[in-house]
Amino acid sequence: MPRPPRSPSAPPQSFLWTRRVVLTFLAAFALLPVYVMVSSSLKPLQDVSGKFRWIPSTFTIRPYFDIWDTVPLARYFLNSLIVAGAATVLSVVIAVFAAYAVSRYRFRGRRVFTITVLSTQMFPGILFLLPLFLIFVNIGNSTGIALYGSRGGLILTYLTFSLPFSIWMLIGYFDSIPRDLDEAATVDGCGPLGALFRVVVPAAVPGIVAVAVYAFMTAWGEVLFASVMTNDVTRTLSVGLKGYATQNDIYWNQVMAASLVVSVPVVAGFLLLQRYLVAGLTAGAVK
Amino acid sequence: MTTVAPGRTDRADNGASSGKGDPRGRLPRIPDRIRHGGLPYLLLLPAVALELLVHLIPMVIGIVMSFRRLTQFYIRNWGEAPWAALDNYKVAVDFDAPIGRALLHSFYVTCLFTVFAVGLSWLFGVAAAIMMQENFRGRGFLRAVFLTPYALPVYAAVITWAFMFQRDNGLINHVLHDQLGLTDQPSFWLIGDNSFVALVVVAVWKSWPFAFLIVMAGLQNIPRELYEAAAIDGAGVWQQIRKITLPSLRPVNQVLVLVLFLWTFNDFNTPYVLFGRAAPEAADLISVHIYQSSFVAWNFGSGSAMSVLLLLFLLLVTAAYLLLTSRGRRGADA
Repeated sequence: MPRPPRSPSAPPQSFLWTRRVVLTFLAAFALLPVYVMVSSSLKPLQDVSGKFRWIPSTFTIRPYFDIWDTVPLARYFLNSLIVAGAATVLSVVIAVFAAYAVSRYRFRGRRVFTITVLSTQMFPGILFLLPLFLIFVNIGNSTGIALYGSRGGLILTYLTFSLPFSIWMLIGYFDSIPRDLDEAATVDGCGPLGALFRVVVPAAVPGIVAVAVYAFMTAWGEVLFASVMTNDVTRTLSVGLKGYATQNDIYWNQVMAASLVVSVPVVAGFLLLQRYLVAGLTAGAVK
Repeated sequence: MTTVAPGRTDRADNGASSGKGDPRGRLPRIPDRIRHGGLPYLLLLPAVALELLVHLIPMVIGIVMSFRRLTQFYIRNWGEAPWAALDNYKVAVDFDAPIGRALLHSFYVTCLFTVFAVGLSWLFGVAAAIMMQENFRGRGFLRAVFLTPYALPVYAAVITWAFMFQRDNGLINHVLHDQLGLTDQPSFWLIGDNSFVALVVVAVWKSWPFAFLIVMAGLQNIPRELYEAAAIDGAGVWQQIRKITLPSLRPVNQVLVLVLFLWTFNDFNTPYVLFGRAAPEAADLISVHIYQSSFVAWNFGSGSAMSVLLLLFLLLVTAAYLLLTSRGRRGADA
């Protein structure tokens, strides 16, 4: 949103120059890896194995074809899509109900619930990883249900971070929706669930989209659980990208091409929905 | 806590809100649906069930595990692992023996890393947000540029940094050694003492956009009248930043620094992707250290004990921080 200038007088030169220097430095810092990723993915192998070059000696798009054969990238892609997608949908649906209860009702245990949800955000993932690993292995042993190494098991572990976050953010969002709206709906004869689905959810669409995108991004980039809880068949991108390193050589041009390919969906989604996200993150995140 | 959201309604339920004894007419008005019976519990049921499943039960099991001698022989039926009483903890805090010494070193490295990474991320984020407060040509584009590191999947970005830090074919040595001639010979960045620097650089690159995002939102809440009044009184831009912007950001900053601290201290993804399974000693962060002790050395009991100690530490620091900042705020209000 454009804002009118802060003061009637234009800012002094010292401020303008500081601004130029600071913003240029930060933009270069932010984009340097992006440049390396893009340029290296268009280089032949000898360019990335020898001294670094700013410009490829010859441009080639070979790496983009080779990445699919060097490792089963398509399978990793599909696995990531399934796991991140399912974790996102589950989190958001469950969080909508929970956040509605917390935002619209006063009941015994409400504060305990929110504080518990909030505090799990601060625990390191490793704390849940060991017990979950053990639980999965032991359930597999005693019942034959293979959770360890399965996509379902991984989705379950991803709820450890996506669910609390979604609940927390949506509470903030629902609180910012005027209560009169759903009260009016109740007067018109909606039940509480009718008010939720006909009034609150439609009004909170930007918030729900923001939470969903964020949950998806986090799951898409998760490394810790994925490195322990997957096997050859269920491996996701975050672990699979290591496959480009062989005994004698790392195909850096392919690593960069693959990194770019797996980044495009989330970066595009993020930049498209940037406005929602910024508003959403700040409505729910800091309170 | 504080509200940063524009247009966020005030919540009259901070603290004591049983719904009972509230004078009617306080905002937000609680409708008569307060006599809701069991509905809220029904709505919460799926969330509570999952919270139990993925958080609370694993935590209890984790604490029980830390009192057992849980090595690879007992992974398949851990109920039979022998009790170890406090042995796992004793070993973890015996700083004269190798395991305790390594843990202490890892803790020290993590603290140092956190101070640098959080400090720089915060500084960059605040600087960028303040410089972008005013509209200028290209501001929207620049904002997208700044948020790109935040949007990239962690492993894709960190693997790119790993490539840049390669000794023989990386960009960093090419610039420092070949183009600028600052080093006598190409340095190693991913092993030895330099690995700490590499880790901090990557962590800052990854987290300063988040700081930028939050501070930017916080700036939206500063009333324009303050700046206008200051300008009329003859305060320049720099003075306005010092006297208005920074003090107004204090509540936002307090939350931001806490969140950055928790993320950075618990960071696993960055070191794991950058260095692989075994981090160099100078960059041995606590999350990777515990992972290493559990899955590489196959000692789950010891790993769980370290996790519990880490949890206690985080709880203490967070509680102390919240107490200090809220007291500071009360003092400022008085």
